[in-house]
Parts: sequence; C-alpha cells; structure tokens
Amino acid sequence: MKLIRKEIEHIAKLARLDLTEDELEKYGSQLSNVLNYIDQLKEVDVAGVEPTAQITGLENIFRDDVVENWDAKEIDAALKQAPELEDGQIKVKRVLE
Amino acid sequence: MPKGQELNELTIKEASKMLENKKITSVELTKACLARIKEVDEKVKACLTVCEKEALLEAKKADERRAKGEKGELLGIPYLAKDNILTKGVRTTASSKILENYIAPFDATVIKRLREAGAVLLGKTNLDEFAHGASTENSAFGPTHNPWDLTRVPGGSSGGSAAAVAADMCLFALGTDTGGSIRCPASFCGITGLKPTYGRSSRFGLIAMTSSTDVPGPIAKTVEDASIIAKVLDRQDKYDATSAPVEKNTYEKEITKDLQGLKIGLPKEYFISGIEKGVEDAIQKAIEKLKELGAEFIEVSLPHTKYGIPVYYIITPSEVSSNLARFDGIKYGYSESKNPEAHMHSLYDIYAKSRGKGFGPEAKRRIMLGTYALSAGYYDAYYLQAQKVRTKIKEEMDKALEKVDCLLTPISPHVAFKIGEQSADPLKMYLEDIFVTGASLAGLPAISVPCGFDNGMPVGMQLIGKRFDEGILFRIGHNYGQATNWRKMKPKL
Repeated sequence: MKLIRKEIEHIAKLARLDLTEDELEKYGSQLSNVLNYIDQLKEVDVAGVEPTAQITGLENIFRDDVVENWDAKEIDAALKQAPELEDGQIKVKRVLE
Repeated sequence: MPKGQELNELTIKEASKMLENKKITSVELTKACLARIKEVDEKVKACLTVCEKEALLEAKKADERRAKGEKGELLGIPYLAKDNILTKGVRTTASSKILENYIAPFDATVIKRLREAGAVLLGKTNLDEFAHGASTENSAFGPTHNPWDLTRVPGGSSGGSAAAVAADMCLFALGTDTGGSIRCPASFCGITGLKPTYGRSSRFGLIAMTSSTDVPGPIAKTVEDASIIAKVLDRQDKYDATSAPVEKNTYEKEITKDLQGLKIGLPKEYFISGIEKGVEDAIQKAIEKLKELGAEFIEVSLPHTKYGIPVYYIITPSEVSSNLARFDGIKYGYSESKNPEAHMHSLYDIYAKSRGKGFGPEAKRRIMLGTYALSAGYYDAYYLQAQKVRTKIKEEMDKALEKVDCLLTPISPHVAFKIGEQSADPLKMYLEDIFVTGASLAGLPAISVPCGFDNGMPVGMQLIGKRFDEGILFRIGHNYGQATNWRKMKPKL
C-alpha cells in the first residue's frame, strides 16, 4: 500500500512531530515500503488465538503506595532539567484557549 | 598474570582473584581501563561520557571495602554502561539530541545493584539513538567503529558497549536487548552477550523503547564472566511490575557440569539460504565441537520464524511511539520553548517543534510507523494481528523447547558490514534482526557466544533457552569456551 501525502501529514500531527518538506516526502515512501513488507502478516491464520501483550503471565502486580522523600538537592536536580520554572514548578503554555 | 598482559585485559574472574589476593587494587585496575580508553577510543568511539573522577573515587571506596574484609566478585571491577541506562549525576543521552544534556536524578535498578556490589562505573557508551538500530550508526553523536576493522560497524544497538569490551576498555559492560541489541554487537565484536529472560533483570531506569521486550544484560569477555554479572542483576524489583519472582540462581554450580546427555535443537528455518558461507562453516564447526563434548543435536521446526520481523516492526514502533511521547520539550530534554525564532503560539507548537528538532531520523520513522499502526481504523489490522502472531511464535518456540534443552542458531547471516553500507535503506536494516527477534518476542533467554571468524571478522552463535533457564546457556557456552580459543583472540588496535 502507498500512503498519500495527506495521510503522512495526519500521522505526523497525531505524533506531534513538526516535519520538513523533505522529511514528509522521504518518510512517506519509506513507511510505505515497510508497510508493504509487514502486510505478509495478514496471511497468518489467527482464528481463536489470543493476543500477547507481554509474556510473563503476571497480573495485577502492586507495591505499597509509599511516598519516598527526595532531598532538596535531588529535587533541584530533577526540576533543573525543565526549560521554564516558576515558584519551584514547571511552567507550561496555557492549555485552554 | 601472564607476562605482557595489561590489567584492563583481565577477565572478571581473573581480576577478582587478584584483588582478593591483594596483588592489585581497584584503583590500579580502574586507571588501566581509563588509560586504555584514552589510548584507543579516539579511533573506536565507544564512549560518550567518561567519568574519570567519579570512577577513581568509587575504585578507592571499593579498595577500602576490601580492606575491611568485604568480598565479592564484582567488588572493584570497572565497567561501562550503555547510555540508555540512567546513572545518577552522570549524563544519560540515549545517543539523542533530545537528551544531549540530560542528567538523571536517580540510578536504574541494574546500576544500583552493581553499585552495591562495588563495581566501578567508568562511563557511558554509544548506541543507536534510543536503541533503534542494529549498527550504532543511528547515534546522533556519530557511529562507533568495530575494533576488528575500524571501517565496519560494531553491530547495535549496544555497539559502544560491545566495542569497548572487545577493545579491553573495561572488564565488562551493560547493554540492553529489545530485539537483538546485546546479541548482535556481541557477535560482531567477538565477545559474549546475554539477553536474559524477559522479566529476569529489572527495566526500572532504562529509557524505555519497547516495554514488552526490553531487557538489560551483560556484555563480557567470557561466558563465565557473564554469569557472574547476571547473578548480581537477576533479582525481582518492586519498581518493575513485570520483573518476575524467581528462585535464587545457581549459575556457578551449573557451569561446572559437562554436556553429556544434553539435547540441542537446530531450527531448520534458521539455516536458510542467504547465510554467508564463512558464517555457516563456523556454526557447523561449533556444532561438531559440541557433539564431541557430548551434546546431541536434533532438527526442530519453527514455521512462523519468517513472521518474526514483521511482528517485531509493528509491536516495536507501536510501543516506541507511546514511550517516546514523554519527550515533550517541557519536563526535560531539548526544548524550543525559549527559541524566539520558533514562533510558538500554543502548547502543540512546543511539542511538535521540540520533537521535530530533537529526534533523529530513525526515531521519527518509528514514531510515525507506530502512530499509524495504533491509529483508528488500523489497530486491528496491524497491532492486534501482530500480537496474535506473536502468540503463535511464542507457543511454537515453547513447544520446540519441550523436546530439547536449548536451540542453537546463527546470530546474523553475515559478519559486521561496512559503515554506511546499509544505512540508506531502513527496511534492509530491519532484516538484520531475522535470527534475533524470535527470542525477544517469546521472552526467552538467549546468549551470543563467539565461534570463529569469517575473513578476519568474528562470528557468533546463538543459544536460546527455556524461560528462566539462563543456567543451561552458561553451561553450554562455558564448556564450549573452555574447549576453544576464540575468546582469547583480540583485535589489534
């Protein structure tokens, strides 16, 4: 199958990726190639087969909900990774218009 | 120690004995590794960060712990860690521009365990950006070179770790394996690499790629060394909900047993046309050697093997697109938010522009592919179908392993290729994973053991075991390693 330009732009938007003209062009044809290869999966008979999300068989693994305190230096180191801070909090552009 | 051998060339087994007998100190050992890095890493480019000061401090602490009577096979042993494993206070980049200046505020569980055991962190190694690749060419900071031939790739994605071990820059290294990323470079660089059973060693603190197959593991000079490291890493971790409760491992006892009566399966779908003659010959000779040592071989069939790559390249990009969503230009990592020329109008702009600039080509491709596979209308056809075929692959491998103790296959159809030779075609690069995705999708333990050379480049064989039976892989690999000389061959740099 071949992805059309509009589809590629739509995927990039969903993925929150700002792509250049060249990238849109290039990834479009590369993704189409990969999808063509992957299409062979459709020939496998999977009637009655359960999907595997992970293989451990473990379910509902909980741990105690305990707050672990970090010291001031650790908190500072973690926050310092953000580009904009205000009053010890990470600043974000407004979400609601 | 044999005459003329440098300390950095020692195995863990040899070095820990010398440390215990007070013939050497960890500081001496660490200095020898740091000197070797300075001597050869300009050519190999395995390390992204070397933390000399911190390493010497840790070495000193290890010597003090020994002086107080503490024992331990990793106490004072210097190692390198792949740069997608978080290290508190030491930069972790995942070889991506988006994390170029990131310093983690905590240690990954595997790093913490090694720290407790007294191992000395020398620095961080190069990888394909976010571990997406099989050659280490996808690093935003340039490729690593194979110590056996600097014009060739070291394999990937743990290429820096494998090249560093092969070039004796450290005594061992940590890698991560999602679909061959420990085994492929171990094979291309002529050393040992173990992908543990999924859930055996904790994923907490790895920069997540494909959460359902990611697993950290050792890259080492010998199979026995790999077992020593695995012994320290393999424990349940409450911070990783998929880490499994397993009995205490007894690797050191298991590797001393011989191979009499063991049954090894040869899956016929892994011995296909297209494997280079030199690789096939090396594998055949290894099979003959194992027969001499007492193992019996039987042919088995895994008919869904050919679907391993298509399944992997749906499941992996899908999980990648979700896992890499956390890089948003807000909490940490590269951000366009303060770039006056970026014309930010909304939150969406910060996300899209930061990600568009921060991620490299392969990360973008995988995010796009995964977003597509998970998007409305395509989920059933791609992701769900891939998960169902994954079940078939898993069941068929489990069934084959009921009849035998382990499977033996090549790691790759060929030896390390030239840098730049395959990077223009993503699909061709994906096909590199043909023999390594099965064990990843089925969550089985698998080890790469050096078994010869083709035109001067190392060849690796793969042993795949039953879930949580790393012991049999160590036992066979160790017996084979003792009976052959491959592990003693060193690249000339």
